[in-house]
Amino acid sequence: MKTTAEKEITEVTTDSISYRFKVKSSGLVPRSLALLAVIIIIAILAVIMFNIFLDGIGIISWGFLTQPPQQGMEAGGIFPAIFGTVALVILMTVAVLPIGVLSAIYLHEYTSPNSKITRLIKIAINNLAGVPSIVFGLFGLGFFIGFIGTGIDSVFLEGNRPVWGQPAIIWAALTLSLLTLPVVIISTEEALRTIPPELKDASYALGATKLQTIRRIIIPQAMPGILTGAILSISRGAGEVAPIMFTGAAYYLPYLPIKLNDQFMELGYHIYVMATQSPDVEKTKPILFGTVLVLLVLTFLLNFTAIFIRSKMRRRQISA
Amino acid sequence: MPENKINIETEDTIAEAKSLLADKDNLKMSARNLNFYYGENQALYNVSLDIEKNKVTALIGPSGCGKSTFLRTLNRMNETIPGTSLEGTVTLDGIDIYRDIKDVATLRTKVGMVFQKSNPFPKSVFENVAYGLKVNGITDKNLILEAVEETLKKAYLWEEVKDILNKNAYTLSGGQQQRLCIARALAVRPDVLLMDEPASALDPISTSKIEDLIGELKQNYTIVIVTHNMQQAARISDYTAFFYQGDLIEFGSTKNVFTKPLKKKTEDYVTGRFG
Repeated sequence: MKTTAEKEITEVTTDSISYRFKVKSSGLVPRSLALLAVIIIIAILAVIMFNIFLDGIGIISWGFLTQPPQQGMEAGGIFPAIFGTVALVILMTVAVLPIGVLSAIYLHEYTSPNSKITRLIKIAINNLAGVPSIVFGLFGLGFFIGFIGTGIDSVFLEGNRPVWGQPAIIWAALTLSLLTLPVVIISTEEALRTIPPELKDASYALGATKLQTIRRIIIPQAMPGILTGAILSISRGAGEVAPIMFTGAAYYLPYLPIKLNDQFMELGYHIYVMATQSPDVEKTKPILFGTVLVLLVLTFLLNFTAIFIRSKMRRRQISA
Repeated sequence: MPENKINIETEDTIAEAKSLLADKDNLKMSARNLNFYYGENQALYNVSLDIEKNKVTALIGPSGCGKSTFLRTLNRMNETIPGTSLEGTVTLDGIDIYRDIKDVATLRTKVGMVFQKSNPFPKSVFENVAYGLKVNGITDKNLILEAVEETLKKAYLWEEVKDILNKNAYTLSGGQQQRLCIARALAVRPDVLLMDEPASALDPISTSKIEDLIGELKQNYTIVIVTHNMQQAARISDYTAFFYQGDLIEFGSTKNVFTKPLKKKTEDYVTGRFG
């Protein structure tokens, strides 16, 4: 005869066994859901890449990469668009890095993190990141071309033909740099946050000023993070079409952009034009896919260059 | 009760008199009526303390007693922490470092500092020692080269690092890193060296090397050292100041503080009854 206590213990034990089974088996559900989500992402990426590769690789040839478009874009290559994209991205990076890095340094080193003004600036930066890219395009048109460009022209120019007050690669690059500014600021700030305060203390204790400490200790330490920001902004900037539509990208140009106020052709915009304006979609389709493939590869290449520089820099920091 | 008040004041005056040195000629630094606040929280209460030239002064006390805070007021490192404020005076060779020295960088080359956690820059051994010289405007390469060698010899590190001057400082052992930090502080030729528990993160052998180094350095430098380790304070210091909850409880020659302390609190602490 079992006592009541013994009975209860048996019940509890059986309960706990079934409970443990439940917990174990219930762990499977979220795990497989999470796995499924990952598989979906990878599958989508694979399908996109596979399709583009399959439809685009056929057209890729030396001539395609080095010749200008011909016969209303139904033949020829895309060289001016490749050149324009690279030039645009380089100009954008040159513009965005100093402003972004200096803003992050101001935020992190010169303001106290909880002050009202700091929080206001941070809210502004986060909101800037949320503005739709077409709005940046319109802003660029209104501010850079309409205000600054036209302003320069009215001061230095008597003639009727605008020099700066028209769409140009410099204005497109500046518009893109506004779009990617939050990325650079945020990733630089994150890098600044990981610098141990002991290093700053050591520098101050040796009689270094704040400026010397920033230049000799903080920026070199934050360099990998700054380059991460550059990488992310290149990825973002190289693929954006909306901000450059009104500010400098051209449908077709017989020349390459060699001056800052030249218009330019760009891969993303070229794709948009071919997909929407072409009289014979079937004829331009292989060129279209080839251009998409080139844009993807170019973005990856620009990324890998920055990643390569970053890893080299990290290695030097550790072993130097 | 007026009588009582007078008594307290007299006691305070005696305590203060004990914390000051009689020999004014050998005075290097002195703090007078120092109050220090982190925002609203007061961390130091009316601390007055003299530091004698070419001697080792140890600051002891339990965690949070204000000894590190006091140390950082001696080279104005407290000013790097936002929201802090200070009352009272600190002098170096009779000059008020808060009111009469405008350029804090100059002060910090006179009063060097070594931190608890060794914190070499992620640069080469050479660049670490040269940093202080470079930020203070020395550009002559030969001069820097000579100074780096001389300083590393002073810190008894030269023999160990002379072949790896271009290697990253992080490849050194913990003890070597800390001695590199000492060398780095010596490179700018300070008069006073502040050390905030310099050996607390090191093994016994590295610790004894640092202690030997301190013994050598005091011939040319005035050293103020914060330590948790009572034996260490007894071994290396000439004077000892005991802090408790922001008050300077007792100050005197290390021998007296450890063998015949005047205050009950000091006795309890140095005999290990609390802390």
